[in-house]
Order: sequence, then C-alpha cells, then structure tokens
Amino acid sequence: MTAAAPLVSLGGVARRFGNGTLALAGLDLAIEAGEFLSILGPSGCGKSTLLRLLAGLLAPSEGRIDWPRGHPGRRGIGFVFQDPTLMPWADALANARLPLRLAGLPRAEQEARGRAALAAVGLAGFERAYPRELSGGMRMRVSLARALVTRPALLLMDEPFAALDEITRHRLNDELLALWQGSGMTVVFVTHSVFESVYLATRIVVMAARPGRVAAVLPVAAPMPRPPGFRTSAAYAALCREASAALERAMAA
Amino acid sequence: MSAAPRLLLWLLPALTGLAVLAGWEALVRHFAVPPYVLPGPVAVARALAEDWPLLSASLLATLRIALLALLAAVTVGGLLAVLFAQSRWVERALFPYAVVLQVTPIVAIAPLILIWVDDVTLALLLCAWIVAFFPILSNTVLGLNSADRNLEELFRLYGATRWQALWLLRLPAALPFFLAGLRVAGGLSLIGAVVAEFVAGAGGTGSGLAFRILEAGYQLRIPRMFAALALISACGIAIFAALGLVQHLLLRRWHESALGREG
Repeated sequence: MTAAAPLVSLGGVARRFGNGTLALAGLDLAIEAGEFLSILGPSGCGKSTLLRLLAGLLAPSEGRIDWPRGHPGRRGIGFVFQDPTLMPWADALANARLPLRLAGLPRAEQEARGRAALAAVGLAGFERAYPRELSGGMRMRVSLARALVTRPALLLMDEPFAALDEITRHRLNDELLALWQGSGMTVVFVTHSVFESVYLATRIVVMAARPGRVAAVLPVAAPMPRPPGFRTSAAYAALCREASAALERAMAA
Repeated sequence: MSAAPRLLLWLLPALTGLAVLAGWEALVRHFAVPPYVLPGPVAVARALAEDWPLLSASLLATLRIALLALLAAVTVGGLLAVLFAQSRWVERALFPYAVVLQVTPIVAIAPLILIWVDDVTLALLLCAWIVAFFPILSNTVLGLNSADRNLEELFRLYGATRWQALWLLRLPAALPFFLAGLRVAGGLSLIGAVVAEFVAGAGGTGSGLAFRILEAGYQLRIPRMFAALALISACGIAIFAALGLVQHLLLRRWHESALGREG
C-alpha cells in the first residue's frame, strides 16, 4: 500500500433497497489512485451496487464515501456497463462524444476528442457506423471510447466483456491494460471471472454475498505489462488458484 | 431473395385482383345485373372517368380534411405525450379523458360537434382529429418511457439536463413507437373524415367523397358510388404506403423493425 491518500475510501457502507434487500453491509474499502482494482464475487454480492455507489448513481444507506484527493467531478468518472448501452440511432462518433456533448463543449472539440477516443480503442474509420452495423466486440469498444473520452480519473467497469467470445475478450483485456498503463487512471473492474481478474488487476477484492461485503483482498504480484505467454505461465496459474480459493472461501462464508 | 420470386411476390396479388375483377364483370354481364344493383368494374371505371371533375374535387376535399387532421393529431398528440412524460401528475390527470375521447364512437359525437361548430370544415377536422390523435398519444407516451435504463443512468452520470435527456435520449427512443402510431393514425384520420362527412352529408351539407356516396345513393347512381368508394380505398392505401415509406427512411439505419428489408 502506498502512503499517499487513497482516491476514494468507503467506510462501513451499507445499501438497502426499497424492498428491504441488503445489497451491501459494513463495506470497508480504500481504492488507491492509479491502481487497477478488480472486484471479484458471485452474482448477487452487490458488485454492481458498489459501482453505482462510486459513480454517485446511488447513495449509501449507511456509512460514508470519502474522496481524500477531492471528487473527480461529473466528467471525472467513466462508466462501462455490461451491455454496450449505445444509442442505436446515433453513429459511433456521436455515441463516443456524448459525454462531451452533455457537458456543452464546442462541437469541434467534441468531434476531435471523440475521433481520438475511437482511434484509441482501434475504431478509426468506423466513426460513421451505426451500432447495428458493428460486431459485439466493436460495440463494446465504442462504449469504452465513450467512457474514456472525458479522460476520467476513475473508470468503472461492470462486467463489460462478459457477453463477448473468449478470443475477443482476451484481445480487449490486453487493449484495456495498454490504455490504462501510463494513463494515471484508476480502474475498478467488476467481474465474476477469476481468470479475467487475475490477468487484469494489480489488486483483487473478493466479495461475499448476502449481504455484500469484502471477504479478502489479494495483491496480484505479477509484472505489468503482462509478458507474452503470461496466460499459460505457471505464475498465472498459481495466482488463479489463489484467487479461486479465496472466492470459494468467500462463497462458503 | 432472387429476382424471379420477388417479381412473383408483386405479380401474384395483382393477378388475383385482375381475376376477381374479370370474374365480377363476367358475372354481371352473364346474369345481366342492372347497374343500379351491382355495376361491373367497367361501368365503375367509366363513371370514374366521366365524373372525374366532380369526384377529384371531392377527393381533394376529403384528403385535405384527413391530412390536416393527421397534422393536428401529430402536433397535439406529440406535445401531450411529451408533457405526460415530463410529469406523471399531468398524465394521471389527463390520460383517462384521452381514453374517454378514444372509446366514444365518433358517429355518436359527430352530430353534436356539427351542431356546436358552425364552420363545417372545422367540425369535420375536429371529428377526424379525435379519431386520429389517440394512437399517436399512447404510442409516443409508451416510447418516451421506453428509453434504455442504463442509458438514462449514463445521462444522469454525466449530469444531463432534463432537456438534454428529452432531446437526445427519450425523443429518439420514442421515434419508432411514434411512427407506428402515425401509421395507424393515418388510416384513422381518413376514416374519421369520411364518417364525419357522412354525418354532415346526411344533413345536406358537404363536398367530400362520403357526401358523393350519399348523393349517388339517393340518385341511384351506383357506379359513381362505387367509383367514390374506390377512391377512398386508394386514398387510404396511399396514406398508409406514404407513412410506411417515412417510417422506413427514418429507421432504416438503426432500428430492428427495418432490419429485414435491407437483406
């Protein structure tokens, strides 16, 4: 752990829904600036609720969420949903520049930054394509471009690649790591895949369900960027075993 | 689809129609049915040609009422829908009355409207509007409330104003629903116009196609009656097709409903 103040810290956070369901209870977690944090847990453990709390889309029922370095602001947080969640009536560029449009930035700047964001996710030349004309992986790239277009300090991702095929998922994993590296951006990546969380994260938070809470925190001691062949290395397998065991303990608890 | 079956797809209903017309004409001739009972298609076509100056003027009168009513339905229905989407309370307060207006048969209200409104054109317009506006209102309300929940959250995340959420998210999301309502309303506006003309025509005033049908009935000019009827049908088909084209052009790039046609 670094001695510097975390980007955001949650203390005793609970979230109860209108129907009485306790999605999160007594959740303590500090998210360090610049880390790639993966939230790993079974479905129903409140992973998505945690992301929505961080995004400010939900307020905690109990506890507090502090931003010691100051709140990154409305456009300082990017969100990528499980589905691409694109506007089907708008082309890739219009989708990618949406956050800037909502911010009221000049049209020329919206377009330039939108194009740059699309290029960064490998979609240069697809600016005028409509979501329907793109593959699932490409739609997810547009969604990623839209989240990155504001150059957020914090990127929240809610199982973004879960619906993609494995080959596409692996490629997007590598590209996401490349985008994150050297950007200074903090990523919180929710997944239910042990392999994905180990591959991507610098630290894994394992959550237990009913009510959602932190069960274990595992640092991932592996070089970044991931060396070629990392997926098939013994080190990767050992880390996956460790994360898997932690997840099983969390689910048994 | 290859060229031959596609041609057949158009040819088949056309041939069926021609066969029915030919059979109809043959029967009328064979049994020597008098034209005031059932005129053959040839007699109807002749009436259409001979009475064209009269019928075309009536066609324009009816079409004008129907299209103006549709325009009013789009305006009022669309604006009300946006208002409803902005405030649940307004919707609660007004929607039941829109339903009342919809379920009350226009034939029953038309005489009242004709008594209350002195200007016949305005009265006809009002009748046709009452019939046409509901599908636009109800469909658009449904559409405005059907925007993707995650997209709504995204708009909230980026601090979108109410106006931005309406303009950039809810209105485009409502467009396919609105267009479906528009297609139904197009047909209904013609029906409303014709029904209102019938009621007005029974009172001796009018110039539209329905009035011509009544008039021809009184005068036993049955071929002209059929000709007017054919024009009303053609009108309805034309409105339906035109609105279908509008729907296709607006949605073809993005909406699932237009997917099949691109192939």
